[in-house]
Amino acid sequence: MTTPELTAEAVPALAREEAADPFTIAGETFTSRLVLGTGGLPSMESLERVVRASGTQLVTVALRRVEAVAGNSMMQVLDRCGVRLLPNTAGCRTAREAVLTARLAREAFGTDWVKLEVIGDEQTLLPDAVELLDAAEQLVADGFTVLPYTTDDPVLGRRLADAGCAAVMPLGSPIGSGLGIRNPHSIALLREAVSVPVVLDAGIGTASDAALAMELGCDAVLLASAVTRARDPERMALAMRHAVEGGRLARGAGRIPRRWYAQESTALQGRPEL
Amino acid sequence: MTLPLTVNGTPAELPAGSTVAVLVATRNGGHDQVAVARNGDVVPRSSWPTTELVAGDVLEVLTPTAGG
Repeated sequence: MTTPELTAEAVPALAREEAADPFTIAGETFTSRLVLGTGGLPSMESLERVVRASGTQLVTVALRRVEAVAGNSMMQVLDRCGVRLLPNTAGCRTAREAVLTARLAREAFGTDWVKLEVIGDEQTLLPDAVELLDAAEQLVADGFTVLPYTTDDPVLGRRLADAGCAAVMPLGSPIGSGLGIRNPHSIALLREAVSVPVVLDAGIGTASDAALAMELGCDAVLLASAVTRARDPERMALAMRHAVEGGRLARGAGRIPRRWYAQESTALQGRPEL
Repeated sequence: MTLPLTVNGTPAELPAGSTVAVLVATRNGGHDQVAVARNGDVVPRSSWPTTELVAGDVLEVLTPTAGG
């Protein structure tokens, strides 16, 4: 069997690909292209296992009132794992709220990176494009490294990139829905429309969704619920890690064109007359 | 003399002359990484000892937690 050699070969192949075309945000290079949300896990032990299994180097975190948060252990776990923190503005409905939340996060976490979320609809949690662009402009002017959670609209994506955002993070489908990537064409168009990294954010349900995001040309995938609410979060974290790597390699390898009819894979030449 | 305040959405009182540093010391809930908003503006940590609270101030005392 050749499987062991193939497995050994797979790692250098990925390393070569990353060296040739690294994933870099605001001058910081990541070898993992999986960004992990930390919300929804039952315990800090579970968080540490999931972070380690995923191989992530960048995790999202949030700010809440002190009475609602039990203990300091999350920060200790994430510090031990050596991951960079990406505070979010989850729950904000206006640019004003989001800008203030980002500034508070900069105080609390000591980072000027922010996952900018401005929600415009309670049921779908879809981004409010007008407030989002307004907040992005204010935060860029204030020196933040802004990673906006946005719709899959290529025009809005370009407006956010033009405003100075360090990456653009389009949804595949609504947050926590697990519906996957509903409009792959838009994601591919958005990828073409901007030169900053594109991170597929929200909607991932399972490993194949993450692989598809990478095959469409996304630079990374951000997911939370798909792992934290899986029956076995640690196992799903590992699945996502492999899916992102697989999708990345497949993108680089170049998929075959789709054909209407079959094309034989065994040569007809030399076929015996039986 | 006490200062009537709103802290994290509920009425609270602190002695007159209290600063944001006093507020954090009494209301940090055991958290060491805390950020404070006062009337819709961030109060940087370096300004906590010198920022005196005023009657009617609306304050938010926040700390890191998990989130998507």
